[in-house]
Amino acid sequence: MAEKSLTLEMRGITKNFPGVLANDQVDFDLREGEIHALLGENGAGKSTLMNILYGLYQAEAGEIKIGTEALHLDSPRDAIRHGIGMVHQHFMLIPVFSVTENIMLGAETDHRAAPNDSPLVRLDRREVARRVQQLSQEYGLEVDPKAIVGDLPVGVQQRVEIVKALYRQARILILDEPTAVLTPQEADDLFRIVHKLTQRGVSVIFITHKLKEVLAIADRITVMRGGKVVGTTTPQETNENQLAAMMVGREVILKVEKSPAHPTSQVLEVDHLHVRDVRGLEAVRGISFNVRAGEILGIAGVQGNGQTELVEALTGLRRCESGTIKLQNHDLTGKTPRAFTETGLAHIPEDRQRHGLVLSYTIADNLVLCDYYKPPFGLRGVIQQQSLDSHARQLIQDFDIRTPSPYIATGKLSGGNQQKVIVARELSRPVQLVIANQPTRGLDVGSIEYIHKEIIAMRDRGVAVLLVSAELDEIMSLADRIAVIYHGQLVTTVNTTAVTREQLGLWMAGAQPETTA
Amino acid sequence: MDWRRFSFIGIIIILLFGVVVLIGGEQISPLIIISSMLATTLSVATPLTLGALSGIFCERAGVVNIGIEGMMLAAAFFGWLASIYMNSIFEYSPAISLTIGVLAAILTGGLFALLHAWLSITFKVDQIIGGTVINILAIGVTGFLNRQLFFDKGSIFGGNVPHAPGLLPTLSKALTVLCSGAQGCGGLPSLIAGTIFDQKPVAISAILLVIVANYVLFNTRWGLRTRAVGEHPKAADTVGIDVRRVRYINVVIGGMLAGLAGAYFTIESVPSFEPLMTNGRGFIALAAMIFGNWTPFGAWAAALVFGASQALQINLQFFRESIPPAWAFLQQSYVVGLAPYILTMLILTGVIGKTTPPAADGQPYEK
Repeated sequence: MAEKSLTLEMRGITKNFPGVLANDQVDFDLREGEIHALLGENGAGKSTLMNILYGLYQAEAGEIKIGTEALHLDSPRDAIRHGIGMVHQHFMLIPVFSVTENIMLGAETDHRAAPNDSPLVRLDRREVARRVQQLSQEYGLEVDPKAIVGDLPVGVQQRVEIVKALYRQARILILDEPTAVLTPQEADDLFRIVHKLTQRGVSVIFITHKLKEVLAIADRITVMRGGKVVGTTTPQETNENQLAAMMVGREVILKVEKSPAHPTSQVLEVDHLHVRDVRGLEAVRGISFNVRAGEILGIAGVQGNGQTELVEALTGLRRCESGTIKLQNHDLTGKTPRAFTETGLAHIPEDRQRHGLVLSYTIADNLVLCDYYKPPFGLRGVIQQQSLDSHARQLIQDFDIRTPSPYIATGKLSGGNQQKVIVARELSRPVQLVIANQPTRGLDVGSIEYIHKEIIAMRDRGVAVLLVSAELDEIMSLADRIAVIYHGQLVTTVNTTAVTREQLGLWMAGAQPETTA
Repeated sequence: MDWRRFSFIGIIIILLFGVVVLIGGEQISPLIIISSMLATTLSVATPLTLGALSGIFCERAGVVNIGIEGMMLAAAFFGWLASIYMNSIFEYSPAISLTIGVLAAILTGGLFALLHAWLSITFKVDQIIGGTVINILAIGVTGFLNRQLFFDKGSIFGGNVPHAPGLLPTLSKALTVLCSGAQGCGGLPSLIAGTIFDQKPVAISAILLVIVANYVLFNTRWGLRTRAVGEHPKAADTVGIDVRRVRYINVVIGGMLAGLAGAYFTIESVPSFEPLMTNGRGFIALAAMIFGNWTPFGAWAAALVFGASQALQINLQFFRESIPPAWAFLQQSYVVGLAPYILTMLILTGVIGKTTPPAADGQPYEK
C-alpha cells in the first residue's frame, strides 16, 4: 500500500507554563485515515500539545499546517473550522442538556444552508436531532438524540462527544485518554468505532498511557517524555517493554515479581453481608469471604457491581443492613471507621482526592490523619509539630514522595505522589489488613510499578490484602486468589494460577461457573 | 418547574383568596373581592417578578447576583430623580418625564450590573461580596444624594422637594388618551377599566417579560449558550463560545430588569422616594427565583404567592371589623404583615423539595 498523504503537520511546537517547559520543540504529524497514538506519562506534555492543536492554548513557537495551509489557531472556533475535533478526557458535555442540545451548542444553525448569526435565532431541535440520528447510523454510534446526557453511561457520553465532533465535520479527531473511564467492553466498542472512522478517512490522534491499547490499535506511535518527543515507531517494530522504557526513561519491570503466597491465620471474615447504596438499593447482596494473613485476595468485576459499597462497609464508612464483619476476631459490624483503623486496617480509597486526602492540607498533616490524636502526635489535645515534622520527613524519604517540602498543600502534588502520600500514611502504621480500592487508577507506569511493589511487600510481611480493581491485568498479576463480583454477589472464588483472563471476563459479565471449584 | 410545584402554588393562592372571601363575602360581592385581590397580587408581584427574572439571567449564566436589591433601590432613586429633573427643570410634559424616568431607572440598573460583572467576571471577586458591595453602595449613594439634593439648605432644590410629574397611568387611562385622537376604539378603555386587566405599564411589561425570558432562555441560540455557560463554562469554551462575553451581557440584562423593577417603586407605585424603600424585595425576588427553580414561569408563580399574601394583608385590614371572633388573631395587623415572610421561609425550607441551581453558579471561569 502506498504511503498515505500527510494531513497535519506540527513543527517545533514550544509552550512554556510558569516554571515548566510543557512542550519543547515538538514535531508531530498525522496521515489521512491513520490512528496515531501519542503515548506518555502524566505531565509528559501530550495534552498540552493537543490543546494547542485544538486552539485552547497558543504556542510560543512552531507552526501547524494542514495540507499546505499554515494555521493560526487562536481559539477552539478556529480549530473546529479547520476540521479538528477533540474529545477531552473529562467530557465537555452539559449534563442537564439533551444529546441534541449538547451537539448543537456553538453550532446552532450549522445545519442550515445559510447560517444565521442572530443571537435570537430559534433553535431547531427536531432538524438537528434528525441529523444526529443520521450521523449515528452512518458511523455505528448509537445515541438517542432526546436523552439527557447526565442520565447516560460514560461509554455513551463518549459517543455523544464523537458525534459532536463529526457534526462539526471533523476530519482530525483527538481522543484524550479515551479508555480511562471505560469498562473493557466499552473500550472494545470504542476501538471498533475508531476503526470505522478511519475507514471513512477520519484521522485519529489517540492519547494514552496504556501500552496494551497502543499496540492493539495504533498505526503509528509517538512517545513523549518531559515535554519532548522521544521517538516515533509502529506496533510491528516495538513491544511493551520498549515503549515503557521510552516513556519512563529507564527500564521498567512491567511483570510484577512475586513469590508464591504463604497464607496463615484468618484476618478478615465477612459473613452474609448486605449493604445498600446511596439510593437505598441493595448493592451488596449476601457476600461472604475471608482473607488470610500473607495473601492477596483480588476482587474482580466491572465497575458498579457493588465494589464501592462493599469497601465502604468493610471500612466502617457505610452501614451494613445485615451480616457480620470480623477483623482479627473482633466483631466490627456497625463500628466507626476509627474502630476499624485501630484494629489494624489500612484503607487506600477509590477516590484519592475526595476520600483519601485533604487536598488543602500540607503533606505533613495528611500523613497523620489516622493517628493525629495519639502520642507522639497529639498530647493532651495539642498537636506536636516536632513529631509531625520528623514523621513527615521520614515517610517522604521512605516512600520516595517527590516534594520540595513537607509543608506544601497536598493538592499541588502529581497524582502519583498524592497516592504515595496515602500509601505512606496507611502502610507505615502497624496494620494487619490492607484494603486497596483501585490503587493505581489514573497513575503513570512508574507510580503503578511502585505501588504494586509496596502491596506485594506488605503481603510478604504477613499482612492480609484485599485488592479491588476494575483492571483485570492488575488483579491477575497481584492477587493470589480472585473473587469475581457481579451484581452485588460473588460469582466464584478461584486461585489465580487456575484461571484464564477470558474465563474471568465471562464471569465478570455474569456467566455462572460450571463446576463449583 | 414541574406540575407539583405549580399546583402547590395554585392551592396557596386559592387558600389566601378564600380567607378574604370568607371574611368579607357578606359585605361585598366575592367577585369584586377576587378581582381586586388579583389586581393587588399582580401589582405587588411586579418588582418580585422582575427581580427574579434579573436573577435568572445572571445565575443561568453562572453569576450569582445578590445585589438585585441595591440595583432596584438605585434605579428607583435615579429614575425618580430623572423624571423630576425633566419635569421641573427642563419642563417636559409629565408623560415624557415619566418615560425618561423609566429609561433612566433601566440604565441605572444596567450600570450597577456592569460594576458587578466587572468585579465578578474580570476581577473574579467573590460574587457574594460583589453583590454586597452593590447593596451597600446603593443604600449609601441614594441616601446621601437624597439628603444633599433635596433637604440641604444649599442644595439644588433648596430644601424643597419638587412635585413629581405624577405616576404612570393605568392601561385604561392610557388607552383613553390615545383613543381620544383616534376613531373607533371608544369601547376598549371602558372594557378594560375596573378589571384586573387594568394594570400599569411596568406590571404589564413584567408579565410580557416572563414570556419573553422563557422563550429566549429555552428556544434561542442566546438562551442555549447562556445556560451552557452557567452549567459548564469549559464545555462552552471548547465549542468556541466566549464565556466572559456571554456572562457580561447576561449580567447587564439582569441589571436592566432590576432597574425596571426599581422604576415600579417611584414611578409606578408612589410618586416619591424614601431611603431603603425597596425593603428587601430584591431578596424575596431571589427566593422566588430559587423556588421557581431558575425558570421564568416558576419564579413568576412564586412571586404571585408573595403578591397574594400582600393582597391578603391589605384586604384583611379593610375587613378587620368583620373577622369572626374565632379568628381574632387575624385582627392583629402584625400577624398578617408577617404572612409574606413566613410563607417565604416555609416555601424555602423545603415544602417544595429540592431545587437545582446551574452547576457553575457563582464560580468564576478560569481557562
